[in-house]
Amino acid sequence: MNVSVNVNGQQREDDVEPRLLLVHYLRDVLGLTGTNVGCDTSSCGACSVHLDGEAVKSCTVLAVMADGRSVTTIEGLAPSADEMHPMQRAFQENHGLQCGFCTPGMVMAATSLLREIPDPTEQQVREGLEGNLCRCTGYHNIVQAVLAAAKSGGAQ
Amino acid sequence: MAHARITSIDATDAAQAPGVVGVFTLADVGLPAVPGIILLNQDVKRAPLADDVVRFVGEPIVAIVTEERYQGEDAAELVFVDYEPLPVVVDPEQALKDEVVLHEVAGTNVVMRLGEPPDEHLFDGCDVVVTERIVNQRIGIAPLEVRSAAAAWDGERLTVWQATQMPQASRDAFQAMLGLEPGQVHLIAPDVGGGFGAKTGVSGEELVMAWLARHLDRPMRWLENRTENMLAMGHGRAQIQRVTIGGTRDGQLQAYRLEIIADSGAYAGFGGMLAFMTRMMAPGVYAIPKVESTSVSVVTNTTPTVAYRGAGRPEAAAAIERAIDLYAAEIGVDPVEVRRKNLVANDAFPYTNAAGTTYDSGDYQRALDLVVEAADYQALRAEQQRRRASNDVHQLGIGVAVYVEVTGGPYAGNEVAKIEITPDGGAKVYTGTSPHGQGHVTAWSMLASEELGIPMDRIEVIHGDTDLVPVGGGTAGSRSLQLGGAAVHQASLELVELARKRAAEELEANPDDIVLDKIDGRFHVAGTPAVGKTWAELAIVEPMTVESTFQAASSTFPFGAHIAVVDVDTETGKVTVERLIAVDDAGRILNPLIVEGQRHGGLAQGIAQALCEEIVYDEDGNLLTSNLADFTFISAAELPSFELVPMETPTTANPLGAKGIGESGTIGATPAVQNAVVDALSHLGIRHIDMPTTPQRVWGAIQGAVR
Repeated sequence: MNVSVNVNGQQREDDVEPRLLLVHYLRDVLGLTGTNVGCDTSSCGACSVHLDGEAVKSCTVLAVMADGRSVTTIEGLAPSADEMHPMQRAFQENHGLQCGFCTPGMVMAATSLLREIPDPTEQQVREGLEGNLCRCTGYHNIVQAVLAAAKSGGAQ
Repeated sequence: MAHARITSIDATDAAQAPGVVGVFTLADVGLPAVPGIILLNQDVKRAPLADDVVRFVGEPIVAIVTEERYQGEDAAELVFVDYEPLPVVVDPEQALKDEVVLHEVAGTNVVMRLGEPPDEHLFDGCDVVVTERIVNQRIGIAPLEVRSAAAAWDGERLTVWQATQMPQASRDAFQAMLGLEPGQVHLIAPDVGGGFGAKTGVSGEELVMAWLARHLDRPMRWLENRTENMLAMGHGRAQIQRVTIGGTRDGQLQAYRLEIIADSGAYAGFGGMLAFMTRMMAPGVYAIPKVESTSVSVVTNTTPTVAYRGAGRPEAAAAIERAIDLYAAEIGVDPVEVRRKNLVANDAFPYTNAAGTTYDSGDYQRALDLVVEAADYQALRAEQQRRRASNDVHQLGIGVAVYVEVTGGPYAGNEVAKIEITPDGGAKVYTGTSPHGQGHVTAWSMLASEELGIPMDRIEVIHGDTDLVPVGGGTAGSRSLQLGGAAVHQASLELVELARKRAAEELEANPDDIVLDKIDGRFHVAGTPAVGKTWAELAIVEPMTVESTFQAASSTFPFGAHIAVVDVDTETGKVTVERLIAVDDAGRILNPLIVEGQRHGGLAQGIAQALCEEIVYDEDGNLLTSNLADFTFISAAELPSFELVPMETPTTANPLGAKGIGESGTIGATPAVQNAVVDALSHLGIRHIDMPTTPQRVWGAIQGAVR
């Protein structure tokens, strides 16, 4: 099937298998390997991307479902090649990552969360990120990073 | 099929499926057994693909090579295996009876026994003796990145990219199992998405992949999915313990016995070995005159067990800390007071415990004092009394644990570092450790910069490529800073010495008079800074490289004290961890941010074991928690922010004064939370609840107590 998807501001046209998952389209067809796969049950959120501006788990979306829509991945989040997005900067400054595998999904989910709740409480951050798992950080510094990003305009 | 004889494998349809390059069985590949990082018992070897018997669900039987992954999943559905079912044994206590034997050659399921026969007089003279059976449950390790590897041959040389904690050991394992010569294998560990002890050794899947890459003469990759990971990578913990503890009525401990049944899973790898570490640390932080521990490791029709963050030491701490609380409850003395009374004295170090393990340095009393103060323990007890008196639905539990563990390996270890000055005056640091989130690039740059006076951003840290770093022990067992970091420190000092000699020649001065100005990385004669030589100027004369092996004086023994505060909803059994206050003393701290991060991660995993995580099998050996929907991997919503209290007691085992911090969190937090849950309900007469303390289990305990 043909799909036409705007990915990180670029229009992409591809012929894909109907069963191809969006995450595999991004990784294997487009080579955007910043989006990771950590499970096969939509539990871990490592594959979170924005679909029309809202966080989705791209392992639970078929590539064909993205037809005519726009996708933002971690590669497309920063305003430019030498400037980080406020959420990325907050993760760096707060040591919000260790192995880094969950980080792209965590950052995408967190930016989406702040669009919904621009000034969240700690508990709202914890509950808002319940669908994004991390094995390294114990979430402590991830939560701190998101709270810090909220204060520095991470919702943009 | 958790246990069955394979009578036939029909891969005819699979071989003709779209995209299939080939389907291979053990007979096709003819590869030797895969020992893992340790083979505990020569009679219990594991073939890289199933031989004629499968012994756990998740054991690979055929390897299918396809052009694309989806084709492989389709083709796997077309492989028809006929089995003759064999009786299944999942429970290690049942396995001990040898009614079902997994490995005919061995003739028994027991793969290792440690310890002396019991002393029947061990508890003679004790006023009080308490005993309990404790299950230290099997846990999913679940690094967020599953296992993955790729292989490519260039003539007679094999390059393997593997998600591993130990690249050099993996290189050697590939070389040995493929019958290759030294130099024929190049192993690269790229960025690795978490390990936690499980990404060590070479699996059958990876070995077969490397063989197939040569056989088919094309590059090959293998990436498991999460279900395969949960089934096959390995699980942690999995001990059944019996603790027996005795002492006086006023709280003086006299004797302790720990009996361990360790579940090795279907084969005898590292998991069966962990009881050795548990026994080393059996008495923990307490000066108990008589201590006895025994272990028996058995195979069962389950996924093999492996190291998991803490690897044997959390099991020791969980047992003794639960035992202390059982004893405290029995004599009616506050658990903090019982601990205080029995801690190893501050002036006793180096201290050899009753299991024969020598602790390098410690101050357990102060760790306990600090955590009690930070938690405001008396106020918590008052709040608990208030809730009890008002018969509140939400009861408060306060759990205490004081721990000591061993890092850097059970025996004194070593590690290699090489530092090279680049022509532009920067430095390349080559390390035998292999980080996957532990921040070695930052920390090793700090260490080198500190001695060399070269800015951190001009230092490149190189790891995980066996052509660039041929010797190394990798990253595991909280070894990296105290061994690998110490090696970088030592090599830096040696490089400065070399540079001073060269600068002396260049400046026609006595080397003893040459000093390094660390602000601008420049050597000059003391007192005459105007004339000097920079690193770059010295490196132009002749390349400057130092390679150094650091040998530690001993293992190190980090310690600490944790207090957990939990809310137990007595109507539903739901436990909420409200606070976790932690003192973790890992010697001198190099980078506080990294150390805090390590503590946070360990605490979360420690709490997870006490609260919610468990690997569950049905009686036929089917894994019921085979994905992250069924395995209750802890999330941000179940955790509080952690309250960390700093404490630093240096070790003399290395010049940095550092001990390992990677695993501490899992060692203190687990018993602190479990003790807190039991403490919340102790007024009902409840003395023990096994982990994980799920609502169902806690509610059941409350119902049993009320009746």
